[in-house]
Amino acid sequence: MSNFSSIAFYLPELLLVLTILAVIVVDLIPGLKRFNWIIALAGIVFTGVLLYGDSGVSESLYLGTIASDPFAYFFKWIFLIAGFFTILVSRHTHALRGADLPEYNALLLIVVFGLFLMASATNLVTVYLGMIETVSLPSYVLAGILKNDRKSNEASLKYVIFGAFSSGLMVYGFSWLYGLTGSMSLSGIQQGLAGVQEPLALYMAILLVLAGFGYKISMVPFHFWTPDVYEGSPTPITGFLSVAPKAAGFAILMRFFYSVFTTNSLTTIAGVDWLTLIALLSAVTMTFGNLIALQQENVKRMLAFSSIAHAGYMLMALSILSPDAIKAVMVYLTMYLFMNMGAFFMVIFAENQLNAHTLEDWKGLGRKAPFLGALMVILMMSLTGLPPSAGFVGKLYLFAVVIASKKFYWLAIVGVLNSVVSLFYYFRIVKAMWLFSPADPKPVKADSVIGLSILLFTIPALLLGIYWTPIINLIDKSIGF
Amino acid sequence: MSSHILSLLIFIPAAGALLMLIGHRFISGNEASEDSGKTADFHKWIAAVFTGFQLLLSVWLWLSYVPNGGIQFQEHHAWIQSFNIEYFLGVDGLSLPLIVLTALLSFIGVVSSWNIKKSVLGYFSLLLLLDTAMMGVFCSLDFFLFYVFWELMLLPMYFLIGIWGGPQRMYAAIKFFLYTLLGSVLMLLAMLALYFYTEPHSFNLIAMIQSGAAIRDTFWGMDIRMLIFVALFIGFAIKVPIVPFHTWLPLAHVEAPTAVSVILAGVLLKMGTYGLLRINYPLLPDQVYIFAWSIALLGVINIIWGALNAIAQIDLKKMVAYSSVSHMGYVLLGMAAVVSTSAAGSQAGINGAVMQMFNHGTITAMLFLLVGVIYEKVHHRYIFFPKDYKDPELAGKLAFGGLAGQLPIYSGFVALAFFAGLGLPALSGFISEAMCFIGGFSVFRTLTIIGTLGILLNAIYFLRSYMHIFLGPVSNAYKGLKDMNGRELLTIVPLAIIVIALGVYPKLMLDVISPTMNSLIKLVQSMAMMVGIN
Repeated sequence: MSNFSSIAFYLPELLLVLTILAVIVVDLIPGLKRFNWIIALAGIVFTGVLLYGDSGVSESLYLGTIASDPFAYFFKWIFLIAGFFTILVSRHTHALRGADLPEYNALLLIVVFGLFLMASATNLVTVYLGMIETVSLPSYVLAGILKNDRKSNEASLKYVIFGAFSSGLMVYGFSWLYGLTGSMSLSGIQQGLAGVQEPLALYMAILLVLAGFGYKISMVPFHFWTPDVYEGSPTPITGFLSVAPKAAGFAILMRFFYSVFTTNSLTTIAGVDWLTLIALLSAVTMTFGNLIALQQENVKRMLAFSSIAHAGYMLMALSILSPDAIKAVMVYLTMYLFMNMGAFFMVIFAENQLNAHTLEDWKGLGRKAPFLGALMVILMMSLTGLPPSAGFVGKLYLFAVVIASKKFYWLAIVGVLNSVVSLFYYFRIVKAMWLFSPADPKPVKADSVIGLSILLFTIPALLLGIYWTPIINLIDKSIGF
Repeated sequence: MSSHILSLLIFIPAAGALLMLIGHRFISGNEASEDSGKTADFHKWIAAVFTGFQLLLSVWLWLSYVPNGGIQFQEHHAWIQSFNIEYFLGVDGLSLPLIVLTALLSFIGVVSSWNIKKSVLGYFSLLLLLDTAMMGVFCSLDFFLFYVFWELMLLPMYFLIGIWGGPQRMYAAIKFFLYTLLGSVLMLLAMLALYFYTEPHSFNLIAMIQSGAAIRDTFWGMDIRMLIFVALFIGFAIKVPIVPFHTWLPLAHVEAPTAVSVILAGVLLKMGTYGLLRINYPLLPDQVYIFAWSIALLGVINIIWGALNAIAQIDLKKMVAYSSVSHMGYVLLGMAAVVSTSAAGSQAGINGAVMQMFNHGTITAMLFLLVGVIYEKVHHRYIFFPKDYKDPELAGKLAFGGLAGQLPIYSGFVALAFFAGLGLPALSGFISEAMCFIGGFSVFRTLTIIGTLGILLNAIYFLRSYMHIFLGPVSNAYKGLKDMNGRELLTIVPLAIIVIALGVYPKLMLDVISPTMNSLIKLVQSMAMMVGIN
């Protein structure tokens, strides 16, 4: 479709861009400055409205560089929900009080826009544009937005260095692909690769591309930035980074590997077995993330390592070539959105009200705030993957894919053993909250917005574990790309 | 009404827990004071009324159950269509005794926890949630549903041990949690594998049994049937617990509050053997034949190892905990007898195993309750004080002695429970243990003969500890002790009646379980033939 006629299918993104501009302009007008967050939130809501009207369209836009398809559509909702609540919660985060919020909101919206681009990119150039220019660069600034906090500065710098390194590798991989096929579009590359006679060159390209995507989803060995960035960033940003870019990373990973490195009859392209590679990386990623998380005393850092492990679980399904694998990852990401962001909201609550960072500080929190404490137990249960919870359903789908293929049984065993390991550290939080008596038993009340956000994210984390047919129906409609 | 009775049975306690949470806000007002007397009473009574009602329902279920009627009170609804998960409940002769046991012990657990002071709301709501989960496990006939309830038990148990337990409660709670989760995740994988081997894919246990014989596959040179069997077996073995997976049990028991110990030993341990009989046996009967000798061996190891450990204990509760390990060994030995070629042997073994599950539930509940009674009175439960006891004068000395004269009623009930535990004829334990041995002897002669040593060892620790506690001169420290009160009697007497009644007239129980179990034996033996073993 030509550039001009594509605009009609690109309205949600355009509205996002307008919102970004509006937030920046409003920032300059003294009287209106404080309304910037309302504009940002309203922009997201109306983007959602426009997106809702878009459903079911499958078009290739802008001369085949961007797709508007059900697959991207599904991910856009994850980005919108994550973005909306991050902006909302940030206003009530005490640590962010000194920061320049209009700038912050604008950057966050730019990231959301970039994530939209990532999920729908079908050309090497748009992949790069989405991933690096529009997602990573503002993310570096957001991680370092607390200018006077040394950890925040460290986070930003590490993020930049690792980001630059891995995107360099990725672009190098792109150049191999271009050299092998002479095409920039994903479908063109797939066709070109079918006749490729140099499996080694192709393997090289796959490895390099995987480095770039692996960085986004914090896959071992491209995870080194994760703990420091997650710990140093302001907590709402950590929650956002742990969910939205990770989802986008998986979106692009699945689109890329399924439409470039996979033939139309669902076999690996040119006989290059990248599935075993993914299986190995999956096992290493989850095991590493979990084992290191065991030793953490800082709750935020623990959740950071655990998010590495979650990436490992999801990769497990991608080592199997089947539509069910994509579906399973999408189910897991949906569940993960709720349970992980909910947990980070709880961290914000603990930081706000009690200045609590380590497990030691969290002791007795359940007694001081019983309701939120109980919600946190549900979230931890869900992250561990105990039924009945959303996390369990997510894991159920992932394991089902592996078991159904009858191929990597060993990977499934590694996966469940990792779940057991993760129980230990997630329940260290529960233990700190409930099994110790607080030094000061005075009840603490959460800021109503934070408390409500925790509740809103815990309800699906529990209910989707009991009845998840609506999510499955939604995802069944969203698989095509 | 009758078609929803199982749902009712499962969710009554959960409804009670919900009512407590809602009622708490109204009674205590907005500023939740830490359990004033009024709210505490409210919670206790809610728990007692709801579990009491559940108990009545379960008795009604028992009375209206038709022994030869197959699976009854079925409820069948689609739950998650895309994964073919069903809400499928039903009762047969295997689950019925355990359902009654669960309801009974939950009620008794509530009554025996009347003096709980710490966070009454949390305690009773978790206890009721645990009750719901246990009941769900025994009523489910859909593997997925079974699994959800199975896992749902872990969380309340973790908190019940972790918050209301003894000094090492946190370690005990997480150890229990990790062990059982390790078992159940392996079960999850086996469950998924079975799902994909069932055509059309289903978690329905009846459908799984029908297509179970058709599973033929290998993985890395190993028979997939064996892998599934072993994965399930480990999951259930941890729960039983089968030596060497038993180390979580003594710790959890020693740290747990009395009511939780009662439920843990009385109901949770039975889930391991229940799962084996419900899932492993009918689904993979050929593997039962392959592993029968190993199961019998593990049973005998359990009997001997548990008894030897019990002899070595100076903590009364730990002794009772190890006696559970020993007693569950009889169940395994009886279960292994399914491969017996003589019909009498296999029937005695399997029926004896199920009876032993029920009887051990009641006997061990009595034992733990009685330990709890003395603990509440004197705040320790040592037979001998340990060598490093805080009071050096008492260290290493006999802790009690001569209590029989001081507490005649108490010592009478302890004598009854101890004798039931060591298998004295005319008490229920004797019947089921004898049946397990009869069954075992018809196939595994040598093993069974070694196993009978367990009876002797059981007698050693029960009789010796009885002597140390109740006979001899009474120490001055315990002169003023009061005997059991009405509430304590209310928890013990029903169990005592059951123990005597089933000891004198075991037909009461056998009539209910034997039709189901005999058809299970037929199923296992004929299916094993079909698959090609035997």
